[in-house]
Order: sequence, then structure tokens, then C-alpha cells
Amino acid sequence: MIEFIPPAFIYIAGSLLVPLLRGRVKSAYMLFLPAVSFFFLISTQVGSAWEVSFLGFDLVPFKVDRLSLVFGYIFHLISFIGIIYTLSIKSDLEYLAGLVYAGSALGVVFAGDLFTFFVFWEMLTVSALWLIWAKRTKASQAAGFRYLMVHVFGGLVLLAGIIMYISEQQSISLGFIGLHSPATFCIFIGMGINAAWPLLHSWLTDAYPESTVGGAVFLSAFTTKTAVYALARTFPGTEPLIWIGAAMTAFPIFYAVIENDLRRVLSYSLINQVGFMMVGIGIGTELSINGAAAHAFAHILYKSLLFMSMGAVIFRTGKINATDLGGLYKSMPWTALFCSIGAASISAFPLTSGFVSKSMVLDAAAHGHMSIIWLTLLFASAGVFHHSGIKIPFFAFFSHDAGHRVKEAPPSMLIAMGIAAFFCIFLGVYPRFLYSILPYPVDFIPYTAPHVLSQLQLLMFSALAFTLLLLSGIYPAEIRAINLDADLIYRKGGHLFYKVMDKGLNNINRAVEQLFVNNFIVGLTRIVKHLPAKMLAQICWPFWKSAFDAADKKTISENLLKRAQTGFYPISILGLFVAIYFGLLYLL
Amino acid sequence: MSSDKKHIFDNPRNVQRVLYGLFASLVLLLAIEPFIHGHPYFAWEEWFGFYAIYGFVACVLLVLAAKYILRPFVKRDEDYYD
Repeated sequence: MIEFIPPAFIYIAGSLLVPLLRGRVKSAYMLFLPAVSFFFLISTQVGSAWEVSFLGFDLVPFKVDRLSLVFGYIFHLISFIGIIYTLSIKSDLEYLAGLVYAGSALGVVFAGDLFTFFVFWEMLTVSALWLIWAKRTKASQAAGFRYLMVHVFGGLVLLAGIIMYISEQQSISLGFIGLHSPATFCIFIGMGINAAWPLLHSWLTDAYPESTVGGAVFLSAFTTKTAVYALARTFPGTEPLIWIGAAMTAFPIFYAVIENDLRRVLSYSLINQVGFMMVGIGIGTELSINGAAAHAFAHILYKSLLFMSMGAVIFRTGKINATDLGGLYKSMPWTALFCSIGAASISAFPLTSGFVSKSMVLDAAAHGHMSIIWLTLLFASAGVFHHSGIKIPFFAFFSHDAGHRVKEAPPSMLIAMGIAAFFCIFLGVYPRFLYSILPYPVDFIPYTAPHVLSQLQLLMFSALAFTLLLLSGIYPAEIRAINLDADLIYRKGGHLFYKVMDKGLNNINRAVEQLFVNNFIVGLTRIVKHLPAKMLAQICWPFWKSAFDAADKKTISENLLKRAQTGFYPISILGLFVAIYFGLLYLL
Repeated sequence: MSSDKKHIFDNPRNVQRVLYGLFASLVLLLAIEPFIHGHPYFAWEEWFGFYAIYGFVACVLLVLAAKYILRPFVKRDEDYYD
């Protein structure tokens, strides 16, 4: 009897059948895959591993511990929800890419060695690309291409690090790495690109808003959270992560305030949320690692819920810019409700999932007496409520009525959003469920009176700030514009590079051509052509001088030249060089 | 859904009710603070209304900085990269 089948295998091999099936059978089959995979996963013992010997290395393609299980559970849940959501979209390309993508993420999470880890890590990039390209617009093609370039670069840095690390350690097992050598720095940065660290983040805000309606739901869940898992596995307690994470929580919210594309606003707030997880991993205590894992679990649910609601808005209205939307609560009341639940969760309102997970990270920072970090995180918490909690639902569903009179989102989308919304509240009301699956035993009580009060004060007074700024007209009006970000470096830098290369290298090319082809070669031919006769004339003239008069000199020279050029004399200047060359060889 | 149907926020009175609800909850949140004592990690957490003021000031600064500092630097036409 088969003991277990790795989830990655079920997803990836199972996806191949999808294009062959039709109608209800296909829908049922796609929902069956995560369910079967989940069944195998819960029947697996913690600590079990699968070892295979390959080329002298011990591969461990499947290994289960409590850290990988948290991510394994949520990846199953969100792929199940994502599949329900995309049932009304009917695109085989997206189904296939989505399943392979989710399968690759599960492959990374349950990888027990660096080789398996890297293979699935790269499959993640390649499959994600199709979720962007499936939108089939010029913008998505370009964004997808940039996505590929950045991740190929990141993958190569990671690969370089892994190869050096393996030769250092003489082992390919995947475990704690820690920052101590060039190899580990490469691994660290390679993972950081997927985690969207500041300045390495712009692939995310560039590509996710250009992906398909369903694609964004999958994308928002897997790539960055796989990197969170990887960093929690290999670099817990690495101090730079605290500062990187704090920067990640703070800077995107400024962009989110002025961004017009609502899915791009969500992308910025995604970076902000991953920042909390980075801080948790960087602190490295049991509480903070628990916090990072719990926050990843909760975040995947509410972030994809928000992406689903914005996807439904695009699906029905074809618009996503805040300038084109407003008043949609009238025609899409359920979507508006689910969006608001997601917005409340990301803002960490009491009784929602964000409240019980984010506070663990903040508490861990406070335990360590990191006052600057703590104040930054608190600022980011207020800011995230401001742009994701209020701005998203307000500009899409309330605000001034943009006049869209559309149908409510299709049933499959509503069911998917409903399940995600249910979990957002369920985890908030019953945090014990979430705490019971975390890597370490949890001794943390989120619902204390001071904690609830302080959080409510923070949020409600942020809401007051929003209201007053909006009523006074200071709140920045949404403008049809784009905002420059770090991708400027390679988007304009690419052009600049091309121009520099074009102008620089082509000019050098032309100058060299002028110098060698037009001057040097022509000169050389002239020398080769005329020099023998001239030399001969120079040598012979003193003797001829007595025999001929000056008038004949010209005719004689011309004859000499003609004969030399037609090869009448068996001498040439190059022959002379050859003779000198051999002479030198002989002498030396 | 017919377009001439009246919806909940088409009536300005309902918008006003939401605002009054917000203001009332703010007053309430500040009013109960003296009766709730926690175990703060930092000294400033004990200041009256610290979280309220921090949240308000943070958001105002956030919006002003984004509008007057960040936007002038980074705003470009939508076809900037084309």
C-alpha cells in the first residue's frame, strides 16, 4: 500500500490531465486534487522523510516537520479556494499553470535537500510566468518578461550560492544556514529577491497587477510566502532581516496612498505584510517565528480574498483604477462585504485573523526591547489600515458613484471569497486553531483588554485621520499616472544601457574601421605595391646615374615600378619581412 | 438592478449617521482607557491616548508625505515607459 504521495507530485502530475477533461468532470477533478493531496498530508507523520540516493548525494525530496506543515496546510487551502474562484474563468492555461505553480510551492516547502529545493524554486518562477502572460495584453507580456529576467537573475544568484555552499559543507541537506560566508550571502540575496526586499521588490508591483483575474490570486499566495518559508528555515535569527523587514513594512505604504491601480495598491501592501514576517524571522525567538508563520497563514487568506474581490471587479466592470470605480456596493453587495472582511483582517481588527497573528510579531519586537522597530511596525499597522483597510473598499465600492451597473460576481467567485472570508473571521474568533499548528508551542493570548483597546484606538483614530483628510480635500485625489519605483533602474536603465552600447560600441567600431580598413590596410597595400621598386631604384640609381641622363630616369623608374608590380622581380616587401623573421629566429 | 433605486448611502443622512457613529466610538475608546491597565513594555505606552494620537498623527504624516514629497518625485504620465 502506498504510504504517502508528495503533494507536489499530485499537483504537478495531476495537472496534466486537466486539459483533457471537460465540463463538470473537469471542475470536480481539479477540486479533487488538493483534497486528495491534503488527505495524504494529514496522514503523514511529522518527522517522516523520503530519501533517495542520486549521483552520490542523498536527496530528500519529501520531508515533513512542523514548520513545513503550516505552509503546507495553507498552500492546500488557498489552492483549493483559488481553483473554486477560477472555475468561472475557463482557461486551461491558467488551470495548468496554477496547479503546477501551487505544486512547485509545495515542493519547495517539503524539500529536504538543496537540490530538490532549487528545482522546485525555479519551477515556481516558470509556472508563475504563465499566470501573467495568460492575460494576453502587451503590458502583461512586457511585465511577464521583466518578471522572468529578475527571477532568472535571482535564481542564478541562489544557484551560485548553493553550489559554493555545497562544496563548503560537503552536504546538500537543507537546514539552518546562517549568514557567514560569500556562499550564504548569495543564498540570502537569492531568496530575498523572491521575498521582494526593498529595491528588489519592483518585479512584484510591476507584474502582479498585470496578471489575470485568477492569476493574481495564486501569485499573491505562493512566491513571496515560499520565500518566507525558505528564510524561516535557513536564516532564522539573522539580524539584518529585522531591518530589512522594518523597511519593507514602511516604504510601500507611501506608494500605496498615491497609487491609482487598486491591484497595485494591494501589491504594495503585500510587501508591507511580508515585512512583518521578515521581522519575525529576523528576531528568531520561538514567539517571533510562530508569529511569522501565523502571519503568513492569515495573510495568504486575506490577501487573496482582497485580490479575489478586486479580480471580481475587473471581471465585471473591466476597470481597476480608482479613478474609474466607485459606488459598486449597489450592484456587487456580496463582493463589497467580502472585500470589507478582507480589509478588516489585513488591518488587524479584533475578531479577524490579522489581529491574532500580527500582534505576535509586534510582541516579539517589544520583548526584545527594539523600540525603533516596534514604532515602525506600529506606524505600518496604522498605514496598512489606511490604504488597504479603507482605500481599497472605499474607492471601489463606495466613494462617488462611477455609474457601473453590473451583475454581482459569478457564484464560483462568491463561494471562493466566502470561504476565505469565513477563515479570516474563524481564525480571529478561534485563534487556538491557528496556534495549534504553529512550529513551536504557543503561550500567547491575543485577547486581553489593553491589547484590544490599544489596537482599536490605533485603527479608529487612523480612520478619523482618513475621514478628516478626505472631507477637507487634502487627501490626494486619484490621478491617472504611474509612479516611478525601483524598476526604473532596469526599465529605463535597459534603454540607457542599449543606447550607451549602441553609441559607444558602434562609434568605436566605426573608428576602428576607419583606422584599420581605410588607413592601415590601404597604406600597407601601397607600401607593398611601391616599396620594392622604390628601394630597387634607390639602390640602383647611383650606378645607373653614370649611364643614363636625367630624362631617361623617369622612363626607367616607371618600367621598374611596372615590373615590380607584375611580380617580374622575385622580391617583395613581405618576402623581406619573412626573411628578417627567419633570420631573427635563427639568431635568437 | 434598476439605476433609479435608492441605495443606502444615496441618502446623506445615512452617511452622516456613519460619521456620528465613528465620532461616538472614538470618544468611547478614550473614555474607557483610564479603567484598563496593561503591562506595557515601553514607557510611552502608559501616556494617555498614546495609541490614538500615534495612529492619527501617523496617518496624517503618511498622507502628507506621500502627497507632497513622494508624488512630485515619482509621478509620470501613464505612457512614460512606452
